[in-house]
Amino acid sequence: MSNAYEPVIGLEVHAQLRTSTKIFCRCSTRFGGAPNTQICPVCLGLPGALPRMNEEALVMAIRAGVSLHCTVNRRSRFSRKHYFYPDLPKGYQITQYQEPVCSDGHLDVPGADGGARRVRIVRAHLEEDAGKNTHGGGATGTSEVDLNRAGVPLLEIVSAPEITSAAEAAEYLRQLRAVLLFAGVNDGNLEDGSFRCDANVSVRKRGSQTLGTRVEIKNVNSFRFVQRALEWEIAQQIATLMAGGTLKQVTKTWDDVAARCHVLRSKEGSDDYRYFDDPDLGPLCIEAPLFERATASLKPGPAARRQRYVDALGVTAADARVLTEHPLLADYFEALVARSGDAKRAANWLANIVKPDVKFEGLGARFPVEVEALAGLFARLDDGSLSQKLAKDVYALMRETQRSADAILVEKGWRVVTDVAALEAACDAVIAAHPRQAAEFRAGKKGLIGFFVGQVMKATGGQADPKAVDGLLRARLDPASA
Amino acid sequence: MNLTALPVSTLREGLRQRRWCVREIVDAQLAEIARVEPSVKAFLHLAEASLRDAAGALDARLERPHAIDALPLAGAVVAVKDAFCTRAMPTTCGSKMLEGYRAPYDATAVERLEAAGALLVGKTNMDEFAMGSSTEHSAYFATRNPYDLTRTPGGSSGGSAAAVAARMAPVALGSDTGGSVRQPAALTGVVGFKPGYGRISRYGLVAFASSLDVVAPFARTVDDVHSVYIALAGRDGRDPTAVEAPVEGGALVAAPLRGLRVGVPREYLGPGVEAAVGDAVAASLALMRAAGAEVIDLSMPHTALAGPCYYVLAPAEASSNLARFDGVRYGLRAPARELLGMYGATRDAGFGDEVKRRILIGTFVLSAGYVDAYYAQAQRARALIADDFVRAFARCDVLVTPTSPTTAFALGARHHDPVAMYQADLCTLPASLAGVPAISLPVGLDGAGLPVGLQLIGPRLGERRLLEIAAAVESLHRQLPPPTL
Repeated sequence: MSNAYEPVIGLEVHAQLRTSTKIFCRCSTRFGGAPNTQICPVCLGLPGALPRMNEEALVMAIRAGVSLHCTVNRRSRFSRKHYFYPDLPKGYQITQYQEPVCSDGHLDVPGADGGARRVRIVRAHLEEDAGKNTHGGGATGTSEVDLNRAGVPLLEIVSAPEITSAAEAAEYLRQLRAVLLFAGVNDGNLEDGSFRCDANVSVRKRGSQTLGTRVEIKNVNSFRFVQRALEWEIAQQIATLMAGGTLKQVTKTWDDVAARCHVLRSKEGSDDYRYFDDPDLGPLCIEAPLFERATASLKPGPAARRQRYVDALGVTAADARVLTEHPLLADYFEALVARSGDAKRAANWLANIVKPDVKFEGLGARFPVEVEALAGLFARLDDGSLSQKLAKDVYALMRETQRSADAILVEKGWRVVTDVAALEAACDAVIAAHPRQAAEFRAGKKGLIGFFVGQVMKATGGQADPKAVDGLLRARLDPASA
Repeated sequence: MNLTALPVSTLREGLRQRRWCVREIVDAQLAEIARVEPSVKAFLHLAEASLRDAAGALDARLERPHAIDALPLAGAVVAVKDAFCTRAMPTTCGSKMLEGYRAPYDATAVERLEAAGALLVGKTNMDEFAMGSSTEHSAYFATRNPYDLTRTPGGSSGGSAAAVAARMAPVALGSDTGGSVRQPAALTGVVGFKPGYGRISRYGLVAFASSLDVVAPFARTVDDVHSVYIALAGRDGRDPTAVEAPVEGGALVAAPLRGLRVGVPREYLGPGVEAAVGDAVAASLALMRAAGAEVIDLSMPHTALAGPCYYVLAPAEASSNLARFDGVRYGLRAPARELLGMYGATRDAGFGDEVKRRILIGTFVLSAGYVDAYYAQAQRARALIADDFVRAFARCDVLVTPTSPTTAFALGARHHDPVAMYQADLCTLPASLAGVPAISLPVGLDGAGLPVGLQLIGPRLGERRLLEIAAAVESLHRQLPPPTL
């Protein structure tokens, strides 16, 4: 029945650019500082203060624009968008209106079938963030304003209204997040608000070319919630229309506890922001050297790498998607393949076994084991001395103890130890642990060799060759006779 | 020796030769202020104690040989319009909105004044947020014209102009958006120099109309405005609209008038110009011609657009710039039960009628549905006006016009007639819109003993040449007698 209708979704993402200072002043952009400690006359909007462009924000906008296949406009402009709100210090936000820095790009969104759908990006523009209001603090019910965030650079990325399902919307956001991470311009952190999404959704009779009345769902802070909010809203709109009702243009917010959207405010009288070019800031010009500097260190993005992993390395599409969620995971994968060959195995291990243990922190990541160590484990798989199942147990111990695969294998005796270096190490350890017996052996009590061999066999879990151990021990205890 | 009558260059030379010390200059200025300020009312804030302290410190500094070489404005007592942020004194902008407001930083212009050895004596009265041409729109009191205390000194920088005219300071700082330095300079018989847009950093000047606001000095001689200009001009990393072009320094030498092409745009001499003003301009042109200048009659056809254009653009920018005065972070906050009520009550109580009028006009001309008909159209008119200047300067070296169509008008005469008040700026608006430098020189008194100002306008980045010509024209005229106070 609801098949008669199709949803139309457009997404607006506000991505915080990871500059160290704000877009129009030199205040720190660090998250989590004590309220109003990262402020100055400029970001406070004090009388007489003037903005000055932070070139790093422009560099990052260029990187994002190129990564999203946008036209990076050599000349763009800042405008003022006026509204009154306590978190907006100047009574206007400096943003880009008619001439954005980036326009006409696209993002390829992978579908469940392994293919991809291209979603157009209408524009990506620079703007300053507002501060943060907290309401009803304390018994007096006062509201408080923290302006640490005011003036933090944002890139607002606007998709065309051509996303066709809630699931595709969520996947668009995941892909966009990955693109920005790969470009090194945004930390993709939804919880602290550095990647924020607003969704515009309407439904229309399937096949119709006109857009229906749209509802904006604001500030949903997880991809899962975006999908649930859109699913709920789409069902709601279709049900309303099928019941002969009409829709209102409103702004809503998602309540995950109640599993429904609530109306935030009506948008019937459309807001008049009285945009005009900011006379304090001239045109934003991008000369060739700046463009070069911005893009020189840009590495291939997630889509390009995903395709290479599948086409050239034989990785499954599903694994390739996981590997390209974060640039450091993709880098790790490529380094692992360079050391240990077998890309399919590396991909499978990383996507399914290692990734759950990786601690991602914005643009950084902490891996449970070094690439070198994992390559060492794979070497034992390659020489047939480890089964796939045993390898997983060894990996678990490597993660816990930060020891090499071989050391763990020797210690646990999980295979025949043919590695001379490992055996030598075990012999040295046993001799060092028994200095009295070693001295007696050297003084002539040669029968003690049996004791030492027994100790080494114990240390290696009985997996060493006793003859080899005997020879190694004698060479160490009594070099002259060996 | 009356130290209050001397120009900055003479005062500095006297310091160099140790004929007097900074404390003596300051004492003389403060004595004169004590005598005349009660009748002129030029200052919103006087900083006598800190001025005396600064004078003592400067005297100590000048003990070192050659210390004065690095201080081009050594010993210059400066009155600063209350639109400039100062750490040491309040900054009210003539408004109740900022009553008691203390800026946490100094404007670039103030910093540079002090770095050059100038001493701040106080903050001067102004039309609220620089909106007005009589200083009557100050939320505190009206300033009077030293030449006739029943008349206005002009505005909006009327306090600074009156302070210089009344010998309370040899130089002063103002801001000129549509004539706010040149017009009061004309009405009070002093020199007011508006450099081209962007020549002096606006950082710390409370914004009225950002694309038009210019920091501009007053003095009693061209040489003194030049000295202040040189000390203030030049790029500033804190103002992205400050121009990069280098500022030509060195002593100012009057330009030879022989062969100088003086353009007289006839549109500035319409019926609105008082006879006495027209006569003074004609007399000045006759002196220039006698000195060998070639006077060229020319037309700047878009001059009449300047008024309508300015009174769309300036309010538009002002409505935006003044949005920050919302009672949340600083300045006045009127109590109310909820947020919107607080905004409304604060802005109603904090802003005067003229400011509200311009915010309403500005909000209207930027509104959806009207922005193209008003704001965008005014931008096009602005380009035409700027073009007139480019064309005119292809034919002449300098333009000469009246600064104000009338001499000082009576206090209260236009206070309730905004359109009549707006007429006061008609000769100064075009140069503001074109962003070109312009200067007002006193060229005589009318029959009632009121000063008449002559405006000289130069091409973009032509400040140096304009000042050289102004110095030559200045030398053709007798110095005005000081006001009797």
